Amino acid sequence: MATEENKNGTAEAGSQAASQQGFVYLPLIAGWLVPGAGHFLLRKWGRGALLSASILGMFVMGLAMQGKLYANAHDILDILGLAGDLGNGLLYIVSRVLGLGAEQVQVTTADYGTRFIVVAGLLNVIAAVDAHNLRTGRKS
Amino acid sequence: MTHFLAVVLFALFASVVFGITQRETPRRMIHYGIYCFVLFVASAIVLSWLMYFIAR
Repeated sequence: MATEENKNGTAEAGSQAASQQGFVYLPLIAGWLVPGAGHFLLRKWGRGALLSASILGMFVMGLAMQGKLYANAHDILDILGLAGDLGNGLLYIVSRVLGLGAEQVQVTTADYGTRFIVVAGLLNVIAAVDAHNLRTGRKS
Repeated sequence: MTHFLAVVLFALFASVVFGITQRETPRRMIHYGIYCFVLFVASAIVLSWLMYFIAR
């Protein structure tokens, strides 16, 4: 009985050691580029799907509300907005390439949309850091 | 889209991410997500009424 427990313990430790090999920052980078991808890499399918749906939903809602995508950094508020937008990773880059997002905020809902896009980026950074913590074992 | 619906959607999306990332077990994630959602929506309603009375 004790031998079997030892075997199970050894196998668990072995699989944990195997999961620690490789590039530690991959879930962080993948999670930043594609929302939820960091968790998918760690086989956390449910969490990844929920994170992906939430962040993608918030970003798309922001665009649908004619939110603005920050493109330049002329003053401090623009810099902060741009930093938040960049948190969206590929979503931001693809949207900029496709010319999505309003040039200027003209209606009230567009102001909300701009905030939705910025917050989606910030939430994506939180999710990517969470994937990194799972990868390194800081979070169980 | 009404302003209130925007608040509810914002609270929903943010609460899901907060719940998953800030807690470790699924049960605690759900509890924390609901807690955040209620706080988001309730604080928006309270602040809205406060601003309504201040503006009068």
